Amino acid sequence: MLKLPVYLDHNATTPCDPRVVEAMIPYFTESFGNAASRNHPFGWKAEEAVDYAREQVAKLIGADPKEIIFTSGATEADNLAIKGVFEMYAQKGNHIITCNIEHKAVLDTCKHLEKEGAEVTYLQVKPDGLIDLAELEAAIRPTTILIAIMYANNEIGTVMPMKEIGDIARKHGVLTFSDATQAVGKIPVDVTADKIDLLAMTAHKMYGPKGVGALYVRRKNPRVKVTAQMDGGGHERGMRSGTLNVPGIVGFGKACELARNEMAQDAERLSKLRDKLETSLLKLEEAYVNGNPNSRLPHVANISFKYVEGEGLLMGFNKEIALSSGSACTSASLEPSYVLKALGLGDDLAHSSLRFGLGRYTTEEQIDYTIEQVSKTVNKLREMSPLWEMFKEGVDMDSVEWQAH
Amino acid sequence: MAYSDKLIEHYNNPQNVGTLDKSKNTVGTGLVGAPECGDVMRLQIEVDEATGLIKDAKFKTFGCGSAIASSSVATEWLKGKSIDEAVTIDNMAIVEELNLPPVKIHCSVLAEDAIKAAINDYRKKNGMEEFKFEESVIH
Repeated sequence: MLKLPVYLDHNATTPCDPRVVEAMIPYFTESFGNAASRNHPFGWKAEEAVDYAREQVAKLIGADPKEIIFTSGATEADNLAIKGVFEMYAQKGNHIITCNIEHKAVLDTCKHLEKEGAEVTYLQVKPDGLIDLAELEAAIRPTTILIAIMYANNEIGTVMPMKEIGDIARKHGVLTFSDATQAVGKIPVDVTADKIDLLAMTAHKMYGPKGVGALYVRRKNPRVKVTAQMDGGGHERGMRSGTLNVPGIVGFGKACELARNEMAQDAERLSKLRDKLETSLLKLEEAYVNGNPNSRLPHVANISFKYVEGEGLLMGFNKEIALSSGSACTSASLEPSYVLKALGLGDDLAHSSLRFGLGRYTTEEQIDYTIEQVSKTVNKLREMSPLWEMFKEGVDMDSVEWQAH
Repeated sequence: MAYSDKLIEHYNNPQNVGTLDKSKNTVGTGLVGAPECGDVMRLQIEVDEATGLIKDAKFKTFGCGSAIASSSVATEWLKGKSIDEAVTIDNMAIVEELNLPPVKIHCSVLAEDAIKAAINDYRKKNGMEEFKFEESVIH
C-alpha cells in the first residue's frame, strides 16, 4: 500500500536516518557533557564523540579531521568562508568571483561585502546551468582573493566542473570555496582531487539532523585561514566560537559514514527512478528538462510544463505529493526562480517548473504514483489554460499585447 | 499556507471553464495578465439581446489555484446579471468569498479587471462607449 503523502523535496531537507537518531540519543542525556570541559569525564566523553564525528565528516570529503570546522549549518559556513576570507586576505585584494545561480547564502553574503568595499564578479551561467571556464579565467584579476562556485545547484541539480575550476584557481594562486550543500553525501566529493580550499556542507541534506553543518578549511598547500565571524570562547581553532552541538555533530558524523558506505548504491537506484520519472513526464507535450542532463545530481529533475503555472499545478496534488515549484506566485514580487531565469528561460517557463528531489526512501511505487498524478494535473490545467488554447490554435504568443499587471 | 475549503472546491471543480465564440457581437472577451507574471485570465460573457442580461460566462486561466478559483467565482456571479450590475463586482468581494490570503489578493484584482475588460469589449463591439475605469490600485 502506498503511504501518502509522498516526499519528493529532498533538496529542501531529508528525514533523519533512524541509525543517525540512534547514534545521537545518548548525547542528549547520559553523555551530555560540554566538549570544551577539559577537566572531567563528561567533557572527555563529549570531546571524544566530537573527534570521532570530525573524522567521519573529514573522511567523506577526503579531508584531514583538523580541517573541519563545525557550524550551525551551510548558511553559517557560507558566511564564515566568504566573509572570513575577505577579512583575512584584505592585504592581497578585495575581488571575489562567484556565479549568478549560487544559493542566497552566498549571493547575499557577497552583496553584503560589496557594501564593505568588495568587488564581486557574478559569472552568468550558460543555458545548461554550468559556468564557462574561459569566462572564469578571464575574470581573474591580481586582486582576486576567492572563487566561490557551488558544487551542485539546489534547484536544477547541475554539477559544476569543480576540478577544472580548481585547476584554474591554482594556476592563478586564488583560493576556491564551494558551497557543496547539495553534493556532499550524494556524489563523490574530494577536496584534494577537486583542489577545493574551503567547502560548506550541512547535515540535514544527507539524512542527518538540522542545525549542524561544517566548513572545510584547508591546512596545507595552501594553509588557509578565515577570520572568525563570532566572538567568544575560541572554539574550533578560533574560527567558530560557541559550545559545540554534540548530539548534532554525532548525528552529522554518522550521516557522513552512512553516506560514504551507501552513496554509490543510493545514487544508482535513484538515478534509475529519476530517469523513469523524467522519461515518463517528458512524454507530455511541451515539457522540458532544465539544466545540463549530463552533469547533474542523480536524484534531481527539474522540469517545465509549458502553459501551466507551477503553483497551480502543485495545488492539484500537494496534499499527496510534496514538491517545489520555481514559480513564486506567493511572493510579493511575483518573480519566478532567479536560477531558472539565469538559464535564459522565459518567465513563462520559469513559472511552469517543478523540482523533483528523490531520496533514500523513495520507492518505485511512489514514482509511478507521481507520474500519474502530475500527468493528470498537467492535462487538466492545460484544458483550462488560455495559453494552451492559443498554442494549439497556433497563435504567436510573443505577438500578443499582454496586459502585464 | 492553508486555503479555504471554498477555494479548494473551486480549484478542484472549477465552474464555467470554456470558450465562447468571440466573433459573435453578443460575446465580450477580456484577456488580462501576462505569462511572465505567472497568470493570464481570459473571461468571456454572452449577453442576451432581448433582456440585456448576461446569459453565459466562461473562463480559462493560467495561474495559481487562487487565480483559477477567482475566475470560477467571477463567472458564477456574472450569470444573470445586467452589465450595469456586473461592473460593480468588486475584487474585495472575491477576496471575502474565497478567503484569499494577502499575497493572493492580486488574483482577485485580475478577475475584476477581466470582468471589466470583457464588458468593455462587448460595449465596443456594439457601438457603445467603453466604461472608463480607474486604474486598479494593487498591481
